[in-house]
Amino acid sequence: MKERVRPLIIGAGPAGIRAAEALVDAGIKPVVVDEAPLGGGQIYRQRIVPDERTARDLYGSEAGKATALHKTLAGLQDRIDYRPRTLAWNIRDNIADVMTDGRGGRIPFSHVILSTGATDRVLPIPGWTLPGVFTLGGAQIALKSQGCAIGEQIVFLGSGPLLYLVAWQYMKAGGHVAAVLDTAPLSAKFHLLRGLLLYPGIVVRGIRYVADLMARGVKVRFGIEPVRIEGDTQVKGLVWRDRGTDHHIACDAVGYGFALRSETQLADLAGCQFVFDKRDRAWQPVCDGAGRSSKPGIYLAGDGVRISGADSAELAGERAGLALIEDCGFPVDKVRIEVLERRLNRVQRFRGILEQAFPFPESLVRSLADDVLLCRCEEVSIGNVRSSAQKFDITDLNRLKALTRVGMGRCQGRVCGSGAAEILAHASGRSLEDVGRLRSQPPIKPLPLDLSSDGEAA
Amino acid sequence: MNAVVVTDVAIIGGGLVGSSAALALRRMGFSVVLLDKGFCGAQASGVNYGGVRRQGRPPEQIPLSQRAHAIWPRLREVIGTDGEFIRSGHLKLARTEAEMASLEAYAARVSRHDLGLELIGHNGLRERFPWIADDVVGASLCAGDGHANPRIVSAAFAHAARMSGAQVLENTPVLHVEKVSDTFHMQASGGAEIRSRFLINSAGAWAGAFAEAFGEPVPLKRIYPSMIVTEPLPLFMSVNIGAEGGGVYARQVERGNCIVGGVRGEPLDDPDFSRPTGSGALTIMNRAARLFPTLQKAHAIRFWSGTEGEMDDRNPIIGPSRTTSGLFHAFGFSGAGFQIAPGVGEVLAELVRDGESSTSLDSFSIDRFTRADQARTRVL
Repeated sequence: MKERVRPLIIGAGPAGIRAAEALVDAGIKPVVVDEAPLGGGQIYRQRIVPDERTARDLYGSEAGKATALHKTLAGLQDRIDYRPRTLAWNIRDNIADVMTDGRGGRIPFSHVILSTGATDRVLPIPGWTLPGVFTLGGAQIALKSQGCAIGEQIVFLGSGPLLYLVAWQYMKAGGHVAAVLDTAPLSAKFHLLRGLLLYPGIVVRGIRYVADLMARGVKVRFGIEPVRIEGDTQVKGLVWRDRGTDHHIACDAVGYGFALRSETQLADLAGCQFVFDKRDRAWQPVCDGAGRSSKPGIYLAGDGVRISGADSAELAGERAGLALIEDCGFPVDKVRIEVLERRLNRVQRFRGILEQAFPFPESLVRSLADDVLLCRCEEVSIGNVRSSAQKFDITDLNRLKALTRVGMGRCQGRVCGSGAAEILAHASGRSLEDVGRLRSQPPIKPLPLDLSSDGEAA
Repeated sequence: MNAVVVTDVAIIGGGLVGSSAALALRRMGFSVVLLDKGFCGAQASGVNYGGVRRQGRPPEQIPLSQRAHAIWPRLREVIGTDGEFIRSGHLKLARTEAEMASLEAYAARVSRHDLGLELIGHNGLRERFPWIADDVVGASLCAGDGHANPRIVSAAFAHAARMSGAQVLENTPVLHVEKVSDTFHMQASGGAEIRSRFLINSAGAWAGAFAEAFGEPVPLKRIYPSMIVTEPLPLFMSVNIGAEGGGVYARQVERGNCIVGGVRGEPLDDPDFSRPTGSGALTIMNRAARLFPTLQKAHAIRFWSGTEGEMDDRNPIIGPSRTTSGLFHAFGFSGAGFQIAPGVGEVLAELVRDGESSTSLDSFSIDRFTRADQARTRVL
C-alpha cells in the first residue's frame, strides 16, 4: 500500500527536511530534490569547502538547530531518494521536469510538498546594479558558504530582521561594517515589545545585535531614506537622507534588501490558486493551516508559501508531511498535530509584529526617479514603466510585462517583480492586489539548450 | 453604464486583424467600436512567433500576403512604431533531398507571384550561412521576408486605432449578439450595449461561437504553438529560419535573444490559457542546438505558448457572411496570420465600404466547407 505513495519533496531546507522525516517515520520513502549540493536551505546552508569555522561561527545562536537539521538529513539518507544539485524547473500533472548536473529527467510523483523557500525582496534604488551591491541574503551566503566578505567597507541598508543579523554576522566574522541604515523609524521598533511576550529570546537577541553593533562604533541609523549608491564601475559610496539632510559615507560594498519574497513559481505551474497577502504584499499560494494547497496532492510549507522564518518552516514542513500521510489514509499523531498548529499560530502572530517593526518603505518606491533601472535583465527603467502605463492604460502586471519587457529576462521577474508591482500600482492608482501577479512560465530558471531529454530520472 | 453605444461598425476581437480593420475604417471615416474579451493583442496576435513571411504560403494566400507585404515597411507611419520589423529574409531549410525537391516545386508553383525566391544548394549554404549545421541539404531564400515583434505590433495597432478615434473596450466580452432588422445588437459584460450597421467577427480562436450565432458553424479548432527564447547572444542568425516539413523555426531579435518554435503546447484548466509541455520545450531546445551549433551552450530563459484558431484546410475564413448582410468574418489563420493581418484589416475595411475587396477572397469563404460537403454528396 505504502509503496504506491511516491511523494516528491522539492527543497531540502528546514521545511523539506522535516517533511521528509515525517514521511520516513510513517514508512514512506519520498524523493527529495534540492538545488544545493548540500542540504539545509539558505538559512542553514553548509560550506562547500570545509574550513576551520565551527557551527557556532557559522550559525550563531541557531547553531543547535542547524546541526540538528543537518544530522536529521544525514540520518535519512538511506531511507529517502535524495537528489542534490537538482533543479525542478517545471511541474505539471504529477510530473516534475528536473535537471541534475546538466542532465534532464522527469520525476513522476503521487504527491508533492513544495518547500521552495524565499529570496530577498529587492527594490530598485539609484545605483543598485553597480558591482559591489548585494542582497542581504546574498551577502550572508557569501559569508556562510564560502567564507567571503562582499567588501572591505560595507554598508548594510534596508528593512527586516535580516538587516541586523547579517550586519552582526559580518562584524563577528571580522568584517568592517561602515553603517547599518534602517528605512524604518526607531518608533516602529517599539512594536517589538509586544513580541517579547511571544518570543522573548528572539527579541532580546535582536536588541543585542543592535547594541553590539553600536558598541563597536558602527553607525546605526533609523528612518533613513536611501538617496543613491555611488560609483562608476564599482561601489564607492552611498548617500542617504536623514530628516531632510543628505549624508555621504564611503564604502566598497552595499548589502541591501527589504524583507523576503516567496518563491512561488512551482506552485503556480502546478496549478495552485493564489490569494493576495497583505502582510507579505504579494500574491501567495492558497494554503490551509496544515499545508494543503487548493489542489489535492499538492502541499506547501515554509517561506515559499508565506514569509514566516526558519523555525516556522520546520514546523510547517512536519505538518505538511503529516497532512500528506493523513490524506493517504494512514494514522497520524493527533496530539503532535495540535502542538504543531498551536506553535505555527504563535509564529504567525509574531510575524505580524515583525512586519510592524520593519515596515515596507512605501514612500521610497513612489519617490524613485524615472532614470532608475527597474528590470536589469531587460534594461527597463522606472520611467519607461510609468510612461507605458500611462500611454497604454496598463493596469495589470502581465500586460506590463508584454508591453515593456519587465520580468521577461533571465530572472523572470524573481528580482524585479516586487518592485514592478509596486511601481505599477502607484503609477496606475490601483492597489497592489489589483495589478495582479506575473504568470509563471517554465523553466523557472535558465536551462542549457542541449539539456538531454532522456526521460524518466526515476 | 447602460447607455447604448451606436456605431457604424462593431468589431469583436482586438487582435491584429480587428485592430488593423478598426484603424483602416477610422481612416475611411466610419465610427468604430472595438471589443476584446481581454486586452487587445494579448492572444495569438501578440504571443506568436513573429515571422513576417510570404514564402511557404499556399498560392491562394499570396495576393493577400503581397498586399500586407507593402504595409510592413510603413509601420512607423501607420502605427507610430516599426514594431522591430526587420527585412532579414526568410530561409527555408531542406534537411533531405525530398524536402529540397519540395522547395523547388513550390518555387515553380508560385513563380508568377514575384516572391523573388532563390534556391541555394549545400555549398552555397555553407558559404553564406556557416552557422547552420553542416548536414542541411539546401534551402530557399525569400530576401524580402523578415520578422517583427508581435507584442509591440499588435498593441500598437490597437493604440493607433484608439488614437484615431475608435472606441476600444477591453476586458469586455460580448455576451450576446443578434441582428434586429438592419441593426446588430450586442450585449457585452459590464452592461455595455452596442448597436451597429456592420459587424466584424475577428475573434480568433473564439470566433466560432459568433459565426454559429448567425447560423454559420465552422470547423474551427484550437492549437497552441509553443516557443522558447534564449538569453541574449551575440548576433549571428542573420535570417528568419523555417524548415520544409516544419518542426522548427527560429529568429534572432536585435537584442540578441533567439526565439525558436516548432512544437505544440497544451491548454490549462482555463482553456483560454496554455503552456508548453516540458518535453515539447526540450524537443525544440535540442533541435535548435543541433541545427545551430552556436546555441548548444546557450540558455533558454523562458517558454511560452498561445491559443490560435486553426481550420482543417489551414486557410483562414475572410469575407462576408452567407446568412447575414453587413456581417464579415476574418479568423482561423491557422498559425500563419501575423504577416497577412494588416492586409486583412484593409480588406475588411473595403468590404464594409464597398461590399467587395480588390483582393481576391474566393478561397477563404465561410461556406467552402458546406459547399465541399454538398459536392461530395452529389458525387455519391
